[in-house]
Amino acid sequence: MPTKLLAGLSLAFALICVAYMTVDAKAGWDFILPFRGTKLLALVVVGVAVSTATVLFQTISGNQILTPSIMGFDALYVLILTGSVYALGGLVVADLAPIKTFLITGSMMVVVSLLLFGSLLLDNRQDLFRMILTGVILATLFRSLTSFLQRIVDPNEFAFIQVASYARFNDLSIDTLAIAAPLTALAVVSAWSMRFRLDVLMLGRNISIGLGENPHRGYLVTLLLVAVLVSVSTALVGPVAFLGLLVVSLARFVLPSPYHSHLLPVAALISAITLVGGQLLMERVFRLVTPLSVVIDLVGGLVFLTLILKSLRR
Amino acid sequence: MITASNITHQHNGKPVLKDVSVQIPGGGITALVGPNGAGKSTLLSLIARLQPLQSGQVLVNGLDVQTTPARNMARTLAILPQTTEVTPRLTVAELVGFGRYPHHRGRPGPQDVAKVDEAIETFDLTDFRDRPLDSLSGGQRQRAFVAMVFAQDTEYVLLDEPLNNLDIAASRSLMQTLQGLTRDHGRTVVIVLHDINYACAYADTMITLTDGRLGPCGTPGDIVSDAMMQQVFRTDARILRVGDRVLVEA
Ligand SMILES: Nc1ncnc2c1ncn2[C@@H]1O[C@H](COP(=O)(O)OP(=O)(O)OP(=O)(O)O)[C@@H](O)[C@H]1O
Ligand SMILES: [Mg+2]
Repeated sequence: MPTKLLAGLSLAFALICVAYMTVDAKAGWDFILPFRGTKLLALVVVGVAVSTATVLFQTISGNQILTPSIMGFDALYVLILTGSVYALGGLVVADLAPIKTFLITGSMMVVVSLLLFGSLLLDNRQDLFRMILTGVILATLFRSLTSFLQRIVDPNEFAFIQVASYARFNDLSIDTLAIAAPLTALAVVSAWSMRFRLDVLMLGRNISIGLGENPHRGYLVTLLLVAVLVSVSTALVGPVAFLGLLVVSLARFVLPSPYHSHLLPVAALISAITLVGGQLLMERVFRLVTPLSVVIDLVGGLVFLTLILKSLRR
Repeated sequence: MITASNITHQHNGKPVLKDVSVQIPGGGITALVGPNGAGKSTLLSLIARLQPLQSGQVLVNGLDVQTTPARNMARTLAILPQTTEVTPRLTVAELVGFGRYPHHRGRPGPQDVAKVDEAIETFDLTDFRDRPLDSLSGGQRQRAFVAMVFAQDTEYVLLDEPLNNLDIAASRSLMQTLQGLTRDHGRTVVIVLHDINYACAYADTMITLTDGRLGPCGTPGDIVSDAMMQQVFRTDARILRVGDRVLVEA
């Protein structure tokens, strides 16, 4: 069953990629190929990073409603970036190569999220609604701190912080792709290599220990991967809000199996198809001015509400 | 044999176990009984390394639970905790399948499939095989978790109140299955029970715990008495002896 599903999704993904490259191609190929190719790669990297981070986060937090974005991971990344512009000065940061900025911000992100979310996730599983509340409070806190910093920062430097409050899928920061793509590949391969352990970790702390897995180490490694993946996607497009929830819920809906060996690739394919296909439709077919992120957040937000209401009723 | 020596344990500064030393013989059923909050679950979870030991030592078959590699431990000892989280949408067969994980690490062979089928049959779960756990009744779910622990196929099995939610038929059948396991396969079962009658009827050894201290230990026939009920449970339930059976007044 998952084999057929995987084959179908791979085919759909390939077709959409071809369409993305060829539809409405007016300029010469030597221009289009590198230009669209890079954008396509960036969209796929973001899609895979977001879906994988979401699956991993849901596994260690023991629920299927929360995502890194809802818990404030993206907002934290934006805050750290804004904080370094404030501390170092926008001109210093602008002088750094984008890759260096990303590496500095990304490593701070990993450290801070391990400190902050580590204690929340590692010890005992929290009640879902307590987690949601914590996430909402943290995300709001990060956003308010960010806008506070943006306000007191020099307007010239402010121009440098182009991270908007919503994702920009048609204006990706391509310059960090050289490091973002290999990092994502590395994180995805690591997640894949621990797919069987993730299955066990999903069963909770006590059962993991009973089955001979060290949940503390497993949760820590997984949290680290989540931090890396969120850094990558936020650096490329900005905060993605409900994209992760949308694509992973869709993957769980079409996939009967709970195993990570099926869930990770299916979610990644659905996520990449959503981004590339969505961008193709918005940009070239309907020529809409509405950003794709608005549509994704609208649908994803509805999914979030539905899931919460469903879990309340139980 | 399980040897726990000088276990002292605190939860947030509140003493829960006070210098408990106990030997649980290999083979047979050992029942751990005591009033609510006596520390039974804590003792069991320390033996099964679900929590780190604060002081003392636990040896299972001579293996120190603190230092033995997790995977070896998981093939020696299995535990069913008192409360279990339910992963949404996981089916009974999938859950029971995880019991084999310490043996195959993610790649089940034909032998693993056979063990899972056997466990599902033994615990009367054939009809629920492909049902998600969150669609089952409390007792059916409890049986699925017991089946998972059973499929782990370990020499030592620790069960924390497995009779929770089970009706009388399921309770008796579970206890008889455990008895069969210990008699025919030489396995060792340590079980927390609240119903003294079940403990008397099925346990070979009884260990009592009150306020974090060890009370009388021995065969049920030897230690269960009116005085013991008063000492351990602080209740005046009377003991009736019918032939060689010991019954406790409800
Ligand atoms: N996580 C915890 N945090 C704080 N105190 C705890 C915790 N777990 C247990 N305790 C306390 O430790 C004592 C022993 O608890 P334990 O669960 O071992 O009792 P028990 O004998 O299994 O009881 P029951 O029959 O109700 O299951 C109780 O007083 C309880 O309040
Ligand atoms: Mg208990």
